[in-house]
Amino acid sequence: MDQIFELLAITLGAILANNFIFSQFLGICPFLGVSKKVDTAVGMGIAVTFVMGLASAVCFAVNKFVLIPLGLGYMQTVAFILVIASLVQFIEMFLQKSMPSLYTALGVYLPLITTNCAVLGVVLLNVQNDYSFISSVVYGITGGLGFLLAIVLFASIRERLVFADYPKAFEGFPIALVTAGLMALAFMGFSGLKIW
Amino acid sequence: MNLKKQFMEGLLTQNPVLVQVLGMCSTMAITTSFFNGLGMGVAVLVILTLSNVIISLIRKIVPDKIRIAMFIVVIAGFVTMVDLFLQAFVPALAESLGVFIPLIVVNCIILGRAEAFSYKNGVAASFFDGVFQGFGYTVVLLIMCIIREFLGAGTFGAGLLGVDGKGIQILPSQFPAGMLTLPVGGFLTLACLIAAMQWALSKTKK
Repeated sequence: MDQIFELLAITLGAILANNFIFSQFLGICPFLGVSKKVDTAVGMGIAVTFVMGLASAVCFAVNKFVLIPLGLGYMQTVAFILVIASLVQFIEMFLQKSMPSLYTALGVYLPLITTNCAVLGVVLLNVQNDYSFISSVVYGITGGLGFLLAIVLFASIRERLVFADYPKAFEGFPIALVTAGLMALAFMGFSGLKIW
Repeated sequence: MNLKKQFMEGLLTQNPVLVQVLGMCSTMAITTSFFNGLGMGVAVLVILTLSNVIISLIRKIVPDKIRIAMFIVVIAGFVTMVDLFLQAFVPALAESLGVFIPLIVVNCIILGRAEAFSYKNGVAASFFDGVFQGFGYTVVLLIMCIIREFLGAGTFGAGLLGVDGKGIQILPSQFPAGMLTLPVGGFLTLACLIAAMQWALSKTKK
């Protein structure tokens, strides 16, 4: 029962209260870069969720069964980024062969995920928080779902920004950042959920 | 090689944060106190310079197809060194920057400069590119820190100056808008800075 509560707390925290974008600032680059249209935002969000879950599982195993027994804890960063890079490459090849429709839908966003700091961030946070295998995977997947929620909401607001009237100097990134800031303010309302 | 041009590019016309819009995550996340901003800026400057030099040295022997993987390995190596160095000698900084030090690996500024500059240019030019771009990044971080700290907590130089490193209180503590030290403040301050930069650049073009 305790474990179910812990997983529930992780889920709520990762999706709402400690959202990766709005409260931890992880994954801002793709968040700003790939959010001009809702459908590409959805594709990116799903791809990130998938990679984050898988990376959490694989990196947990690498850390526990390779790095710690060999006393190579200090090589974590290097090992994890290599795992993530090869994982992304592997998923790309796998999708190309078995699910070409999904592959073409995700397109250029797949390779970009390697340098998404939300992926490396979730893996490092798993180690830092000393999560068990199940907690790590749940944190990875729900963190990705939080990213998906944030980027889809943001993209749908951004599509409407085209008709908005704002100072010329704010064109492009600044107005997007102001929008994201206001969304972050809204997401702060969820911080009461932390009591669990 | 044109040092003055490179310097102006790093600081203003091609500023990594305000014009190229790279490395946003760390820029917004850690700029809550002067000490954090300075530490992060210097760490990125050192890693950027070292990785620029090494990538420029090996650029002729690395096959084109695996260059990105090579860049990441070089950068990850230097990040690990800096991370361990900070944990050993400046533990307070390592603790307050937390996960954002290892995350320098995926900071787009470093990978971006490797791809756009040091993979195509000589060692000396790449060295100065690293120093100047890193300097431009540090300056923006410090400006963000000063604004957010002053308006958000009414202090200056937290973590470095004042009693117990709490910073020098300039505004009485009941006036500041605490919102600016929250994530919202990061988004809004950076938005205003980029807008100011775009305004200034469009003025100079005319």
